[in-house]
Amino acid sequence: MTLPLRRGFPAIALCFTAMVAAVVAAPFIGSTSIAFSRVFSTALPFADNVDAQIFFIARLPRALAAALVGGTLAAAGVVFQGLLRNPLATPYTLGVSAGASLGAMVAITFGSMWVGGVASASLAGAFLAVGIVYALASARHRGLSTTVLLLAGVTLNSFFSALILFVQYVSDFAQTFRALRWLMGDLDVASYAPIIAALPLVVIAFTAFAWLARPLNLLSIGAEAAATRGVNVVLAQRVAFFSASLATGAAVSVGGPIGFVGIIVPHLARLMVGSDHRLVLPASTFFGAAFLVGCDAIARTVLAPIELPVGIITAVIGGPFFLWLLITRR
Amino acid sequence: MVADNQTIVGPKVQGSKGPRVQRSKGPRVLGSKGPRGLAIAVALVLFALVSLDARARGPLDLWTLGPLDQQSRVSRIVSLVPAVTEMLFAIGAGDDVVGVSSYDTFPPEARTKPKVGALVDPDFERILSLRPDLVVVYSTQVDLVARLERARIAMFRYEHAGLADITSTIRAIGDRIGRTDRARALADGIDRDIEATRRSVAGKPKPKTVLIFGREEGALRAIYASGGIGFMHDMLEAAGGQDVFGDVKRQNVQATTELLLTRAPDVIIEVHTGEPWTADRIAQAKRVWSGLPSLPAVKTGRIYELTDDRLSIPGPRVAEAVRVLARVLHP
Repeated sequence: MTLPLRRGFPAIALCFTAMVAAVVAAPFIGSTSIAFSRVFSTALPFADNVDAQIFFIARLPRALAAALVGGTLAAAGVVFQGLLRNPLATPYTLGVSAGASLGAMVAITFGSMWVGGVASASLAGAFLAVGIVYALASARHRGLSTTVLLLAGVTLNSFFSALILFVQYVSDFAQTFRALRWLMGDLDVASYAPIIAALPLVVIAFTAFAWLARPLNLLSIGAEAAATRGVNVVLAQRVAFFSASLATGAAVSVGGPIGFVGIIVPHLARLMVGSDHRLVLPASTFFGAAFLVGCDAIARTVLAPIELPVGIITAVIGGPFFLWLLITRR
Repeated sequence: MVADNQTIVGPKVQGSKGPRVQRSKGPRVLGSKGPRGLAIAVALVLFALVSLDARARGPLDLWTLGPLDQQSRVSRIVSLVPAVTEMLFAIGAGDDVVGVSSYDTFPPEARTKPKVGALVDPDFERILSLRPDLVVVYSTQVDLVARLERARIAMFRYEHAGLADITSTIRAIGDRIGRTDRARALADGIDRDIEATRRSVAGKPKPKTVLIFGREEGALRAIYASGGIGFMHDMLEAAGGQDVFGDVKRQNVQATTELLLTRAPDVIIEVHTGEPWTADRIAQAKRVWSGLPSLPAVKTGRIYELTDDRLSIPGPRVAEAVRVLARVLHP
């Protein structure tokens, strides 16, 4: 058990370096060129220093948000794939993102009545979806039936999608446009507040992930085999379900339902470090963060001054890259 | 007014049963016979039949044979375009409007007309039941256009474009419904009015302005502003402002924080639709902007929250809208 663990360390170190490099480099890239001597100059008050504001208000929170969202979605993807024992599972499979999107749509459309803003509305929607799916999956079983989880999640996804379409249909044109844009993902958070608000949830989720690595390894053999090796299967499943859902809800509330990160990155990480969750989880987290920061940098600059939705970039880059890996790694 | 409409609509819906059956046969015949020549022949016969029909409401517009009623008087108009609805009322054709879009709120009389859907959800059956002789559609409503063509109902196709297109649309709709003189007078008046505003701000310094029509409330996220084309941009220029996104040749731009910081607007104008905002809500909206302290508009407090549908509807009140903007930009 110790030998393969150590073999994965260089890859994890590489992913970590990539993440740090991406977060550090991203604020220096943008649609406008800024003078870096002036960014860190103390001669000019911050209120008058445009370059510093572009760096610290527009770009740095964005890079941090991208890292947070990318890492969280990738890790949540790993946990969902392990929990459901299905390589096609994503953080959005069980309806969390559909619930979050519905919440956001309602807030955008009936915004004036909603006090907490789009982010908290999407979080509320995510919790609603999680609650429904959990109630359904644990209704007739001790523990969670992964089959019921999947079916309930998929059904809830389409049900919420229908409600989303309904809300969009009754909203006026400008709101529909904003709502549609929200669904494509947007990391221009404009301040650190959304990141700080999501951070506690993400920390709780990752604490649970750390504990989950070993049970998930054993669960991948099968629930009964894991039980004989001393895993509290019911508890592990519950923790996995709630923590990954919490992580997904938090990530979506910050950046919208950005696709592909949560399914591609875990598989890429597995190609690098094997299938031990103690390695896959950190590798996915770091690589997911680096990947989304990179995608967002492209989204900001490729058609400057117009900005592309980051969800388009993750799909356009991630999809073909993943297929290429799938074919060449045979 | 309301009662009047209902009494007219009621019996006509029932009366329309006969001809509607006849019309719906038309396309099926056309479809089953292959050659084009034959199809045209059948269309001609149908045309003859329909024009003989005592109940036919004035000349019909058969698109294949060219427009026939260019200068004829139309009397039952359905408008899916709020801007054109306003134009129709402004040139004295309000009584001829029998249906409007679900977004029509001006003039107040328009609120009393039957609603027939809007850009994405036109209600074809409802439109038919109003027995219109002219339907004002967006040219992008291709499905509706095709169905109205099949139903042999004449259309006025509206295209959303720049400021100059507003008065040319007024003239065109006036010609189309036989109210050429009033339409021309109205359009000329608007042109003169805008020109007067232009002259009044000529020579004054042009503040760099961002015209925002959408933003997530309470945050500086999902900000959408007018780009370098379209009537909002044109209004801003006419009112003596310099559009900070004038170089972006799009109708709208997602104004990220970086873009806003770079373009450094002197004036921020946020346009809201719907009910007027409370003072608290306006104050809160202005406070949010302090998140970007280096913007000249934030430093000088030149942030304006306007709830005024004249600014968002490219209709006959556009000259007033330009004046409103000019007063904001050059107090």
